[in-house]
Amino acid sequence: MECQECHKRKATLHFKHIINGQEAKISLCEMCAKKKGYITYPEEGFSLNDLLSGLFQTEGLNLGSTGTAKANQPKHPQEVRCSSCGRTFTEFKKAGKFGCADCYASFGSKVEPILRRVHAGNTKHTGKIPKRAGKYIQQKQLISSHKEKLKKLIEEEEFEKAAVLRDKIRELEKANNHNKEAGGNT
Amino acid sequence: MTLESFINEAISPWMLEDGPDKDIVMSSRVRLARNFANKLYPTSGNKEALQEVLQFVKHSYIDQDNSGQQPLAFLPMKNLNMIEKLVLVEKHLISPHLIKHSDYAAVLLSENEQTSIMVNEEDHLRIQVYYPGLQLDKALEEAYYLDDWLEEKADYAFNETKGYLTSCPTNIGTGMRASIMMHLPALVLTKQINRLIPAINQLGLVVRGIYGEGSEARGNIFQISNQITLGKSEEDIVEDLESIVHQLVEHERMARKYIYEQSEIGLEDRVFRSYGTLKNSRIIDSKEASICISNLRLGIDLGIIENISENILNELMVLTQPGFLQHYANKALRSDERDIRRASIIRERLNLKK
Repeated sequence: MECQECHKRKATLHFKHIINGQEAKISLCEMCAKKKGYITYPEEGFSLNDLLSGLFQTEGLNLGSTGTAKANQPKHPQEVRCSSCGRTFTEFKKAGKFGCADCYASFGSKVEPILRRVHAGNTKHTGKIPKRAGKYIQQKQLISSHKEKLKKLIEEEEFEKAAVLRDKIRELEKANNHNKEAGGNT
Repeated sequence: MTLESFINEAISPWMLEDGPDKDIVMSSRVRLARNFANKLYPTSGNKEALQEVLQFVKHSYIDQDNSGQQPLAFLPMKNLNMIEKLVLVEKHLISPHLIKHSDYAAVLLSENEQTSIMVNEEDHLRIQVYYPGLQLDKALEEAYYLDDWLEEKADYAFNETKGYLTSCPTNIGTGMRASIMMHLPALVLTKQINRLIPAINQLGLVVRGIYGEGSEARGNIFQISNQITLGKSEEDIVEDLESIVHQLVEHERMARKYIYEQSEIGLEDRVFRSYGTLKNSRIIDSKEASICISNLRLGIDLGIIENISENILNELMVLTQPGFLQHYANKALRSDERDIRRASIIRERLNLKK
């Protein structure tokens, strides 16, 4: 069986998850599984179990220093720390809360498996966008959907329609750069 | 203070309005968690940031035109005493968390108490909108309106792929928690609820007791809310929740009919015994009170008991909470004193018979 993600390597890991009551199966190679955040390695300093217990525990247990994490991570001096609020990843795990909006970026890929776990495998927001500041994002999403359409039109050799759409995209992009400069993007 | 005016204080004006399926669905609530961009979260404990946010909210939103909305009162937590804060919690207008961290916290409150915006809770802003009965869509619409109004004056912490950034990973994305408060005595009585709760959980929804996380289902009142905030739009979440609630309402109605048909006399006995207890007891703890109040309300819904307002459940549930009892007594009360006070307030209320 080939990996459903890269379609190149052999799938060695099989995952089953239940999202809103619907069962979904996915077979991946080790590399893609790691890349997509399905598995994590002890050398990265944490396991999924550590993350979850850290996320929801309320007592002052230091889970960061249990099990495999301890063996591979002896009193790590260079622990990941958010440069804006100073919160370390261990502190985040313990409290289950971020300290500021930059924590997401600071902790990077470590946060992905947590979000996946908490939100039934979802990692992408599909809801409301800020009305005023989000104009830039709304337009950007419109442009990228137009670009998809453009690609299709070219594949279908509908060049006349494609040219019209291309001009429209250019116009939108130009207008949207103004939005960006106006400080619309947060 | 007379009991009438006190009741008026316990019952938020919006609760008295009519709403769809109000005999079973007590209220619909939508909550949005929002943070300002480039400001440390309240969870960071940074006092400067907390103070800045509090001042910013006070200066930017109070006495400002909020386009057709009701004016909002600004209540800093610091200015309230413990009992006053407890009362706000018991009316579900603020969270227990806000009390615990009240130095820099505040709440913006609309006059009919339908809308409250907590400042410096776990997130900078927590917008809450209530509607009577099953009206989540309306609550969402109103919350959006307030959200857009707040966002006109400041940038939110928002990320294109992760949505609204919140202090807790469980809120990230929409930052929305939609919840429904339901009275399900017949499903409890027929033990169907034990089968239904795991099924509801499977659908990504959470079932809790009346005072939120960790609390038990006092008086057969359940709170059902969405768990997932990422990957689904607000409208889809609301729609899914509403469809489950519709089914629960149907199940509850069927169970009520079933119990009534199976043993009318048994049900009457249960209702009147509870009525008797409420009317006559001199000491009653909150657990017993909530069971009896639930039975009484069921009796009213089924027409077994007449001449008592169906708002009795909402009213007494709030009135008999520790904060309210102490507020009415105008002093702090020990737990045994509260049980006496609770019994007397219930008797008085039932004598009002409206």
